[in-house]
Amino acid sequence: MQIPYEVQARPDTGVNNAKLGIWLFLASEVMLFGGLFAAYVFLRIGADAWPGMMMYGTEVMAERADEILNVPLATLNTMILIASSVTMVMAWASLKMDRFDRYKLYMGLTILLALGFLVVKSFEYGEKFDHHWYASTNNFLGVYFVLTGLHAIHVTGGILVNAYFWGPGTKLWKRGTARDKAHFTNRIEVAGLYWHFVDLVWIFLFPTIYLI
Amino acid sequence: MAEEMTLEDVKRHVRVYITVFIALAVLTVVTVGVSYLHMPFTPALLVALAIATVKAALVALYFMHLISEKQVILWVLLSAAVFLVGMFALFIGAHADQEDIATLAKLILSSHVA
Repeated sequence: MQIPYEVQARPDTGVNNAKLGIWLFLASEVMLFGGLFAAYVFLRIGADAWPGMMMYGTEVMAERADEILNVPLATLNTMILIASSVTMVMAWASLKMDRFDRYKLYMGLTILLALGFLVVKSFEYGEKFDHHWYASTNNFLGVYFVLTGLHAIHVTGGILVNAYFWGPGTKLWKRGTARDKAHFTNRIEVAGLYWHFVDLVWIFLFPTIYLI
Repeated sequence: MAEEMTLEDVKRHVRVYITVFIALAVLTVVTVGVSYLHMPFTPALLVALAIATVKAALVALYFMHLISEKQVILWVLLSAAVFLVGMFALFIGAHADQEDIATLAKLILSSHVA
């Protein structure tokens, strides 16, 4: 059965259904991350010290997040995510220019960069676990693990979607008709909107958790 | 994003993407650099949020094409923003000192009666 307005814009909204759908989903994601950010603000305003007491063999009073968290690794991850946002949008632009080979290259790079982000993140988490610091240790680490962990889950979801569109999902493009190509390009734009949102969340997570 | 883009349009967009990427990288370095100044909490927070907001706007406007998006999408985002601000106001308001609020209310009422 033909699904209407999968590529063409609906006359009432002016956009196709996929685009309206992903933006509604992203609006709900704003509330999900926003709720956790609000909880972070709530906990931090009420705290006597932030990050507070941490165990480094003996108890040490930490007064800044960068005494606990690895800022160089997080900066590297920020650069990786920004680069992956560019490669994602370049993948979409390549399809618009009918350059499927370039699309495969840029989408492949996006996936590799996202995997790189998770590898760096695993090193970062490993440092914390070596000190026996977990989400249950104190409010600071609870906020850190919940927010960055939820973000990492979103990165993983993006990798799965992008990997599908790099591999088996390309069948749609390879059918070769103009309609199928437009449909595939539209799917990549929608996947890209999700991926840029993941980048956008990190843009706020990085300074508020690691730097202040 | 308009569906009917010409090849020239796309090439122009690609140049914008590269420029935005450079701006995002520079702003990231600035954010980290400022954090090493160890400013007091409030100015540090304001600077960090200001830079993050500029970066987020660049991503949303250019990578997510909000700059040329249809009105219905902007309404969806505006509604999310309104609820988000409301939620933050509730959380932060819950921390307001209740005694201060009572004193303020008495002051307003007494000046109104006088």
